[in-house]
Amino acid sequence: MNLEAKSPSGPIDKKWESHKFDMKLVNPANKRKHTIIVVGTGLAGASAAASMGELGYHVLSFCYQDSPRRAHSIAAQGGINAAKNYQNDGDSVFRLFYDTVKGGDFRGRESNIHRLAEISVKIIDQCVAQGVPFAREYGGLLSNRSFGGSQVSRTFYARGQTGQQLLIGAYQALERQIAAGTVKAYSRHEMLELVVIDGVARGIVTRDMVTGRIESWSADAVVLATGGYGNVFYLSTNAKGCNTTAIWRAYKKGAAFANPCYTQIHPTCIPVSGDHQSKLTLMSESLRNDGRVWVPLKKGDKRSPDQIPETERDYFLERKYPSYGNLAPRDIASRAAKEACDDGRGVGETGLGVYLDFEGAITRLSEAKVAEKYGNLFEMYERITGENPYQVPMRIYPAIHYTMGGLWVDYNLQSTIPGLHVIGEANFSDHGANRLGASALMQGLADGYFILPYTIGNYLATAKPGKVGTDHPEFKAAEAAVVARNQRFLDIKGKRTVDSFHKELGKIVWEECGMARNEAGLTRALQQIPALREEFHKNLNVLGSADEMNQSLEKAGRVADFLELGELMCRDALERRESCGGHFREEFQDEGEARRDDLNFAHVAAWEYQGGDKAPRRNVEPLNFEYVHLQTRSYK
Amino acid sequence: MKLKLNVWRQRNGASPGQFVAYEANEVSKDMSFLEMLDVLNEDLMGKGQDPIAFDHDCREGICGSCSMVINGRAHGPQKNTTACQLHMRQFKDGDEITIEPWRAKAFPVIKDLAVDRSAFDRIIQAGGFVSVATGNAPDGNAIPVPKENADRAFDAAACIGCGACVAACPNASAMLFTSAKVAHLALLPQGQPERMERVRKMVAAMDAEDFGGCTNHGECEAACPKGISLENIALMNRDFVKATIGKRPERAVSGD
Repeated sequence: MNLEAKSPSGPIDKKWESHKFDMKLVNPANKRKHTIIVVGTGLAGASAAASMGELGYHVLSFCYQDSPRRAHSIAAQGGINAAKNYQNDGDSVFRLFYDTVKGGDFRGRESNIHRLAEISVKIIDQCVAQGVPFAREYGGLLSNRSFGGSQVSRTFYARGQTGQQLLIGAYQALERQIAAGTVKAYSRHEMLELVVIDGVARGIVTRDMVTGRIESWSADAVVLATGGYGNVFYLSTNAKGCNTTAIWRAYKKGAAFANPCYTQIHPTCIPVSGDHQSKLTLMSESLRNDGRVWVPLKKGDKRSPDQIPETERDYFLERKYPSYGNLAPRDIASRAAKEACDDGRGVGETGLGVYLDFEGAITRLSEAKVAEKYGNLFEMYERITGENPYQVPMRIYPAIHYTMGGLWVDYNLQSTIPGLHVIGEANFSDHGANRLGASALMQGLADGYFILPYTIGNYLATAKPGKVGTDHPEFKAAEAAVVARNQRFLDIKGKRTVDSFHKELGKIVWEECGMARNEAGLTRALQQIPALREEFHKNLNVLGSADEMNQSLEKAGRVADFLELGELMCRDALERRESCGGHFREEFQDEGEARRDDLNFAHVAAWEYQGGDKAPRRNVEPLNFEYVHLQTRSYK
Repeated sequence: MKLKLNVWRQRNGASPGQFVAYEANEVSKDMSFLEMLDVLNEDLMGKGQDPIAFDHDCREGICGSCSMVINGRAHGPQKNTTACQLHMRQFKDGDEITIEPWRAKAFPVIKDLAVDRSAFDRIIQAGGFVSVATGNAPDGNAIPVPKENADRAFDAAACIGCGACVAACPNASAMLFTSAKVAHLALLPQGQPERMERVRKMVAAMDAEDFGGCTNHGECEAACPKGISLENIALMNRDFVKATIGKRPERAVSGD
């Protein structure tokens, strides 16, 4: 398998500039003759489809939601980073690059990350011009905050709904192109197969989720912007519909899947309340600026928090990481909470929770000041839990939030299948083994607005894919496979619902491939998951038919793919015999601190599907660090 | 707690629908409203009955997918709360709950509680944007925006496009939705060049769909889970009048 990154030569800050010049262009008059499929309408997909439509390409845009505006980018709360240095506090493109490489625990590609930092500044300009209502100071200029432990204030935000505002900006740009006729949009359409002809991606097969109609779409290039796979855990902060199907279908057609074990766990989510729980809700990380995290010192202490005196509380983040305290990075704060709960000191009915206490902040700042800063979050917490966080400490617990792994792409964002490009969270991306706060929105929009529109032109101008119709036998075969697969789910007529399998899979993956992993657990999961998958295909119960709206059938297809992906994640986690970023192997630690192994694992693991029951092959793209030198992350 | 549910069941847009009574016997106060429906659906499937179809996605009150009328109120009884964020502690043991889809001619039922809201996308297509192609933008701080305007624009932009305003309106009018977008862009300097043309086109697109007119009931504002204000409608009406009266013939503005 060819894993050539195709990073341009030259100094790091000149690579993108020279690459833009070296890339071939498509003549403006010829652009409309090229059809490009974009699957997904989140920040990456909507911005890419709109930008390519503006350039004159003929774009087909698909999403499973009822409107492109509902893609899950909408739920991002915190903000978007950009190296504007508006605050005059020493930020620069190089510093954002440096922070991202280091934050990713040296498991990302330097050339891509530098480009991301360069582009970050243009994103803000673009969004402001679209009318995104970013927070502003009284003088009318853009406001910034420091986010996720960053030492500079480079995060732009729109109250607690930055994702929604950025997505609406991209959605409006997309709708403008739909009106102009350059983009044709298909909502409630789910991609169920990738069509590869002579080794080149040439189209997709979709299911119309209203009528059940299976349809083929051919194109000169295919772009997947279908988000992350966090829902493999069943409970996550992802939307219910988020799934891996598009990228998993591509993996099975030959696209390498990189670093599936890199998943990010967010420390401040509302704990699970019972078996009925369908998803987890994130509370913005900004709460840790003023809230103090603690558990009782004594195991099994069931007293209410106000009955536990100061001397019998363990402010474990402040104790273990005195210099960062409650602002320790996400992975570290999450693991520390898990340890406290594993130690029998968790709080709440389930024992799976820790306190996030604002008593000190309310005394120091007044209740009104705290309400001004966090009022909407406190309200949301009360709506969900029925508890008033002004009076009782919040309870929080970590939850899966983002997946750094995804389809492998080169510098041009092209996967190992020529013609198949992957952008946003769906690719293995620029975040290495751990993503920094406020960097996901930046990456999605960098890929969609400013990178793909260039690199796709280069692909079309050099590869000259030529025309192919949906009457090609490969399209017919792919359609038939989709129909047969759906029919198989309906024909099983077993006893268990899709959700029951999904929940069981989620428990296995969370237990064995979640916040902390070890060889015994991963080996166990590698037996449990295939067994569960076998039962799924024998004992699944999906009612109704394939030619109507059938939400159980939709879920069945997605869960079938999660049941395969979960196994690959465990395999990847098992083979990566080191701890780095979000991947913590218990065997590789120094008293609770992750121990990286740069000698053996400073590489991307890109998994190659081998067909049927054969074990996938692990390929390696070595990572070189020329500009940011390898060092150990320390937050003590 | 135990609840009696009357749920609208409709196989598809072409078939007639009807209320069907169900019993939900093991409802926990900590469940969200949609989780209560999840549990009911699991139960129905166990009995070989078709589960209830409903739109939902983020379940955090921000994507705007969920869309059901609960006891006659869009998104249910709790103020500023979408159905997905409504929790069962708002109900009590023995309650009877009626659940229906959005009822509006412009939002035809697809199945059970799921409706087609693509009319909203078409209103945005008519002009709900700033015409700025990627790469054209000046520096983000080149044009200062007074904080008050930025905040007011944000308040309007907080609309999640769920359609509760239409469902709550006795006329099924889309004025609150349309005006929120008009106001969001009208309050920002970036929205000025197209301001008049935008309001004209968006109102025309709204009228071309099957939405009703606004008769100032204010039900939309009361039902809106994001607290979008009626003031936006006033702003849109003012702009619309200005745009209509002040409209010059197309040729005159081209300058040749």
